[in-house]
Amino acid sequence: MATQYQERKMRDPALNPGDQPYFDAAKEGKLMLKKCNACGEHHHYPRALCPFCFSEKVEWVQAKGTGEIYTYSVTRRGGPTPYCIAYVTLDEGVNMMTNIVDCDLDTIKVGQKVQVAFKQTEGGFAMPVFVPM
Amino acid sequence: MTIKGKAYIVGAYEHPLRKAPDKSVAQLHAEVAKGAIEDAGLGKDDIDGYFCAGDAPGANVWSMANYMNLKLRHVDSTDMGGCSYLVHVAHAAQAIAAGKCNVALVTLAGRPNSEGSSGTQVRDRGVNLPDAPFEMPYSPVTVNLYAMVAMRHMYEYGTTSEQLAWVKVAASHHAQYNPNAMLRDVVTVEQVVNSPMISDPLHRLDCCVVSDGGGAVIVAKPEIARSLKRPLVKITGAGETTKGQMGGKVDLSYSGARWTGPLAFEEAGVKPSDIKYASIYDSFTITVIMQLEDLGFCKKGEGGKFVSDGNLISGIGKLPFNTDGGGLCNNHPANRGGMTKIIEAVRQLRGEAHAKVQVPSCDLALAHGTGGALGHRHGSATLIMERE
Repeated sequence: MATQYQERKMRDPALNPGDQPYFDAAKEGKLMLKKCNACGEHHHYPRALCPFCFSEKVEWVQAKGTGEIYTYSVTRRGGPTPYCIAYVTLDEGVNMMTNIVDCDLDTIKVGQKVQVAFKQTEGGFAMPVFVPM
Repeated sequence: MTIKGKAYIVGAYEHPLRKAPDKSVAQLHAEVAKGAIEDAGLGKDDIDGYFCAGDAPGANVWSMANYMNLKLRHVDSTDMGGCSYLVHVAHAAQAIAAGKCNVALVTLAGRPNSEGSSGTQVRDRGVNLPDAPFEMPYSPVTVNLYAMVAMRHMYEYGTTSEQLAWVKVAASHHAQYNPNAMLRDVVTVEQVVNSPMISDPLHRLDCCVVSDGGGAVIVAKPEIARSLKRPLVKITGAGETTKGQMGGKVDLSYSGARWTGPLAFEEAGVKPSDIKYASIYDSFTITVIMQLEDLGFCKKGEGGKFVSDGNLISGIGKLPFNTDGGGLCNNHPANRGGMTKIIEAVRQLRGEAHAKVQVPSCDLALAHGTGGALGHRHGSATLIMERE
C-alpha cells in the first residue's frame, strides 16, 4: 500500500533580521548556506556569528542541493495529510531539517540520495524540500 | 563545592487528578505545594526558597509566589522544559549549601488534557526564535521529533519496534498497581506494535499520555531534614546540560545524558551498576532506551536488548524503572514529566512505593529527565539520591 505525497499547507516562516537573503534565494530556486571565512566551516540554520569559531566573517554560499537522508519520519496522524519530516545531510556536510516530497512516502529510506526542490508556503515563501533522486 | 549531602528531599506530593477542567493552573500549583509541605510536616511559612518553570502561570516566579503569598529570600524560574524540576532540586541544594535558603519548594502543574493538547500539534514556541523560520514550515511536532531519533537508532543499531515496545510493557506492569494511573491495563509487545502508527516508527502505545495534574517537592537543609519525622532522602549528585544541532553537525545517536550522567555519578561517587531504582523520562519508548544507554546502564546501541524480556519490571528485571507507571501509563502533567520522576524515586527510597513494585532495601536511586525534544534541542538533567 502506497502513501503518495499530497500537497499540504505549509505555514509561513517568521523571519528575523538577517534571514531575508535565504528566502530571496529560495524564491530563485537556490539553497543557501552560511560559510565562515575564518574557520572554513559551513553551518545551518544561518547565523550572523559562526557557531564554531564565533567569527562575524560569515557569508552566504549556494549549496549544491544534493545530499542524503540522515533520518526521517512519516507523520500519519494529527494533520489533514501524512507528511515526511527529515534531516538531510547535504554534500557540504551540513544537516538540515526539511520535508521529503513528491514520492511514495512509504518508500523513503535512511541513506537515500535526494535533491533539493522548493514548495510554497501559504504566504508565498519558498521553502527548500527534497525529492528522492 | 559539591551538593553531596548538603540537602535532603523532605516532602513530596503528586496530584491525584489526571483531568481537572474545573481547577485553575494556579490552584493546581498551590494544591501540590500544600500537599508537599504537609508531607514534610512543615508549614507554609517555613518556605524561604521557591522554584518553578514555564508551566507556572505567566512563566514567571512572582505570580505563583503571590498566589501562595510566600515570603522568599531565594527564587529560581529556570525553564528546562520537562526536566526543569530535576534542575530545580539540584539548584535548591546549591542554594541551601550556599546559605541562600533553608527550605525550598518546587512546583509543577498544568492541564493539557483539559486544554486538548496533543503531541501531533504544531506548537507556537514564541517569538524571536532563530531556528523557527528554518523549521516550523516543515511541521516538526513532539512525536516526529522523537520518531526521527528512533528511526536513526534503528538504522545505526538495528533496534526494533518490539524492543521499543518492551519499555511500554514494563510501564504497564507497574501502572496496574497505581489507582491514579490513566492507563492501568497490562499490555503486550504485540499490542504495542499493532497499535496505530502515529509517526514512523512510533505507534500510539510508544507515546506517553496527556494529563492534567502536577507535583511538588520540598528540599531542606540537613538540620531541618533530621528534625522531621520523614525518612531521610539525601541528594548526592546532579548534572545538567543542553544539546542541540551543533551548527548543523546533527548527531541524534545520543542525548545530553551522555554528559549529565557522568557529572552526577562522579559527584555521588557511585556507578550505574550501583543504582537500585531508576526514574527515566518516558515521553516515548525511544526516550528511555536512549537515556539508559547514555547514562551508562548499557553500551550505546544495546538499549533495545537491555530493555527486552521485562528487564525494567520491578521484581523481574535488573533495573526497575518508573514503578508508578511513568509518563507512558500514569501521567504527564503539563506535558512535563520531570517532577513525577523525582516523586517516584523518593517513594522508592522511603519504602513507600506500592508493595507490588517496591524495590527491596532501595537505598540508591537515580532520576533523569529531558526537556524540549531529542530531535532538535533539549535540556537534560540527572539527579542521584540516597536513603540515609
